[in-house]
Amino acid sequence: MTAPSSEQSLDSLLARHQALGLLRVFTCGSVDDGKSTLIGRLLYDAKLLLDDQLSSLEKDRRTAGGDIDYSLLVDGLAAEREQGITIDVAYRFFATARRKFILADTPGHEQYTRNMVTGASTADLAIVLVDARKGILPQTRRHSTIVSLLGVRQVVLAVNKMDLIGYQETIFDTIAREFAGLAARLGLAQVIAIPVSAGKGDNVIEGSERMPWYRGPALLPFLETVELDKGDTAKPFRLPVQWVNRPDPDFRGLCGTIASGDIQLGDPIIVLPGGQNSRVEAIVTFDGNLDRAETGQAVTLLLEDDIDIGRGDVLVAGEMPMVSDQFTAHLVWMSAEPMIPERSYLFRIGTTVTPGQVTALKYQINVDTGEHLAARTLDLNGIAYCNLAFDRPVVVDAYAACREMGSFIVIDRLTNGTVGAGMIDHGLRRADNLPWQHLDVGKSSRASQKRQKPCVVWFTGLSGSGKSTIANAVEKRLHALGRHTYLLDGDNLRHGLNRDLGFTVADRVENIRRVGEVAKLMINAGLIVLVSFISPFRRERTMVREMVEADEFIEIFVDTPLAICEQRDPKGLYRKARQGDLKNFTGVDSPYEAPENPELVLDTLTRGVDELADQVIGMLERRQ
Amino acid sequence: MLHLARKAFYPAPPPFPLLHIDTTWKFREMIAFRDQTAKALGMDLLVHVNEAGLRQGINPFSHGSAAYTDVMKTQGLKQALDRYGFDVAFGGARRDEERSRAKERVFSFRSPAHRWDPKNQRPELWSLYNGRVNKGESIRVFPLSNWTELDVWLYIALAKIPVVPLYFAAERLVVERDGTLIMVDDHRLPLAPGETPQLRSVRFRTLGCYPLTGAVESCAATLPQVIAEILASRTSERLGRVIDHDQAASMEIKKQEGYF
Repeated sequence: MTAPSSEQSLDSLLARHQALGLLRVFTCGSVDDGKSTLIGRLLYDAKLLLDDQLSSLEKDRRTAGGDIDYSLLVDGLAAEREQGITIDVAYRFFATARRKFILADTPGHEQYTRNMVTGASTADLAIVLVDARKGILPQTRRHSTIVSLLGVRQVVLAVNKMDLIGYQETIFDTIAREFAGLAARLGLAQVIAIPVSAGKGDNVIEGSERMPWYRGPALLPFLETVELDKGDTAKPFRLPVQWVNRPDPDFRGLCGTIASGDIQLGDPIIVLPGGQNSRVEAIVTFDGNLDRAETGQAVTLLLEDDIDIGRGDVLVAGEMPMVSDQFTAHLVWMSAEPMIPERSYLFRIGTTVTPGQVTALKYQINVDTGEHLAARTLDLNGIAYCNLAFDRPVVVDAYAACREMGSFIVIDRLTNGTVGAGMIDHGLRRADNLPWQHLDVGKSSRASQKRQKPCVVWFTGLSGSGKSTIANAVEKRLHALGRHTYLLDGDNLRHGLNRDLGFTVADRVENIRRVGEVAKLMINAGLIVLVSFISPFRRERTMVREMVEADEFIEIFVDTPLAICEQRDPKGLYRKARQGDLKNFTGVDSPYEAPENPELVLDTLTRGVDELADQVIGMLERRQ
Repeated sequence: MLHLARKAFYPAPPPFPLLHIDTTWKFREMIAFRDQTAKALGMDLLVHVNEAGLRQGINPFSHGSAAYTDVMKTQGLKQALDRYGFDVAFGGARRDEERSRAKERVFSFRSPAHRWDPKNQRPELWSLYNGRVNKGESIRVFPLSNWTELDVWLYIALAKIPVVPLYFAAERLVVERDGTLIMVDDHRLPLAPGETPQLRSVRFRTLGCYPLTGAVESCAATLPQVIAEILASRTSERLGRVIDHDQAASMEIKKQEGYF
């Protein structure tokens, strides 16, 4: 790039730079494949390394006493440099005269699948590295599967270490052909194979005299010229609303980044999921109003009609997206704590955040072989195909059609950590097929007939803590007061409704979900529902709390220490658990998470059943 | 970044104040530019100084750059964030600046003690950022993460954004210390025996505390010249920042402790 010497040449430089275009590249391959060497060679030969970076490499080489270790350029954390491995995604930024690049480098081993997925999520092109001596390996399939799942459009198969096999064409051809078969099965359409030697520099920056049989481009020239995916304006218009800008009562701007397609003044649009129609009155930006805007532009739209619109709504035109509360999707799990079906998580899709859950794990994918495996939960780095259900309808497109409209992340409701990510496949319009039947007699009319405020009183605590005894005493008192009640007892329900469930984490979650749904029906019937359930996990109790109205869930922690429960052992269960005859017993080999903010804590050590029941009644009567 | 924020919320003003952690050792021209910009744009400017550090007389000379940076910048920042109860703070750091920054998320999570845990970061995919925190926790947001130094300067040229004059070359009074050119911004800079300030044509590629920020010899006095210089440059931008090199894995340690 030539330097500007005056204002005029500055303008032309700016124009040229804006026209350069950006290619986001993702490299996958393991340390042994020579990935870091290839990246280092690319930067070194293209003279894209700076003097202080070079001298720091030279210094490291002298201390290590060997060849330049290019991986030191991308490994940024102290732990990575000490251990000589890449732990996290590393980004390198560089530009040549023809294009700007952001290169995401990720570790290739199986335990770093989530990092690979992260790197691939924003990439336009993937370089899959193989060692010419070893050919296509299970890890090549893993890398290619991820590239395909994440919808990376362009793939370069870099067959490295050609120098070590005497630059033989036949070996390269065999590998390239085998990979073409794999790519076809995975649905990777745009694939090119390039024979390279990162160590010797063959076909990295320029063609190699040692491989005259290869007539294709070298790696860098290919990266510089491969056609960019121009924000396809032929696609239907989508603008997920990020924010509603209301600086004064007369201005109601809908802000967001256009996810696909383009829009012009006067164009008709539909607001989803509401379904209202309007037209574009103005396209506002800081640098002046526009007549037209397209994919990737952040704009503020004014509509002709005053419609109630909020963050999470999507403005659309052209072909309609999917609007549903149930979908199938690929899910990648990124947390050490496994994904449990039916557990409530937050899903961020576009600008929407909604609670939801995985309702069915259809199968897990073995990324090394492509096999489909049965699974009940999903562990860290696991990839699965599953059904999702959200608490409300959302507006999406299939990930394959639009990355921005079809991708989501999964957020843990307690820690707020990002625990998973996924790609929407298609909508299950079950919610549409199962409409709500309108009922003329509602919850409030049923409740007022009974002259009470329905609610669920949720007793949680260890086995043997006294939950059922207290709940029973509370129900007797309520009954005597003329209240309409029902007591759901954990043990009793396991004889019928929950007969098919065991004591694994997944089964415990489903157990609570069912009880929550039953309690909700009974609240609708106008009853005061007493629930006596160990319910060991905070998340599931929170899930039930959110299933009902804000003041309808009363959590009571029956706070009896484990040692006392074990001493009482009314059903002999602790003894069995300690002997190993009973697996997954709460408090022994399965955890109990005490409530953080219960409405009431009952201390069974200092007070008797009658006194505790009175405490509960006192609180309930105050609410009535 | 301020320009981008104004664009993002236009025609409304950005709905947040500006916060500056003033170590009292900043370049005078930078402080003048700060005040003038906030005033011209009608932005609410909060300036916080670690008063305890000031009372103890913490300075970059007698306490060393690492200890000074910790007290006046890191602790000062943490005090200010706690004082105003901010759960989000935007910063202009970029991944191409320094290698531990290259690993940091755009939405970077901080514990209630403002600590960064580089080995336990939230995965960040597509442009789906996770800004959810529990009480006391916070997020540092780096919207310019994927920009390069050249991108910044080209954008300044394109959008005609005013910058601190120190970025342009001029004759300035400097002393040379351990190969770094330190500007004599005021009378507080102690001079070693035999050290005489000289007038040299210099500019800054990055602006920190003046006693810890090295100038580069340069004749680039205009925007096109600065861009030309960056295009031809063979060294990294933060080479002149003493605090990047005062410990092994220097920036990573400072960031874990809460440095921006």
